[in-house]
Amino acid sequence: MDWIVAHFAAMVFYAFAGLTVAGALGVLVLRNPVHAALSLLATFLAVAALFVLQHAEFLAAVQVLIYAGGVMVLFLFVIMLVNVKTLPAEPQYLRTLAPVAALVALVLAVLIGLGSWTATRGAAAADALTTVDGQTLGNTEAVGWSLYRAYLLPFEVVSLVLLVAMIGAIVVGRKEKEGRA
Amino acid sequence: MITTTHYLVLSLVLFSLGVLGMVVRRNFITVLMCVELILNAANINFIAFSRQFGDLTGQVFAVFVITIAAAEAAIGLGIIIALVRLKQTVNLDQVNVMEG
Repeated sequence: MDWIVAHFAAMVFYAFAGLTVAGALGVLVLRNPVHAALSLLATFLAVAALFVLQHAEFLAAVQVLIYAGGVMVLFLFVIMLVNVKTLPAEPQYLRTLAPVAALVALVLAVLIGLGSWTATRGAAAADALTTVDGQTLGNTEAVGWSLYRAYLLPFEVVSLVLLVAMIGAIVVGRKEKEGRA
Repeated sequence: MITTTHYLVLSLVLFSLGVLGMVVRRNFITVLMCVELILNAANINFIAFSRQFGDLTGQVFAVFVITIAAAEAAIGLGIIIALVRLKQTVNLDQVNVMEG
């Protein structure tokens, strides 16, 4: 019992990390796009749980709302609109790119080493993520303060990006009128 | 004890699976899903380092990444609809001409 209590955080991490990777594998392996999308949903929810473990509660909520709620509905909507069953089947092949794969693996290993090395320097106080100007707030409030004060301009720019993307999606997705190019 | 390195390795695995999927799969919808995997891997890194250094900047940037991911999904899926309307396919190997 003591062992379980002592290792509870680790067990939760490994459970959700496993779910994340399993969901990602499902996206790669499953042939039916609906199954792949639901597998991706499992990954999104597991990542949200990992955010909670890392004291990013606001982002966990955003992850569930935007990804699991918005993006996933969009994916499923398009899959069903396109009606993949009537489309020709996807050819199955895997190109042999072993040297490239080895190179990418090497680069990523170096990067993870650098990241780990950076990560070993100076751990922060446990309540740093909820403290603004010496006041202890909730995580959501702290992120809000940061977002609307220090990062106000990037926030406005990214909202503009979202607007442009929305208009672009409408323009790309609409039906062409007859007689116009 | 779960350290930041654990999260980095998880993020690496997720990123690699995403890249692998983008290269291997030919279904446009699945490729878009793999892009989402990659962006999620980036977010895990942001959150892990945010926790490590007690700096909220990582969480703010994760919000931006989620925004960009939503925009990317909207545009990508719009392109898929246009593509199916035009060529009745979501296979990327059959989409290799600029015109026509």
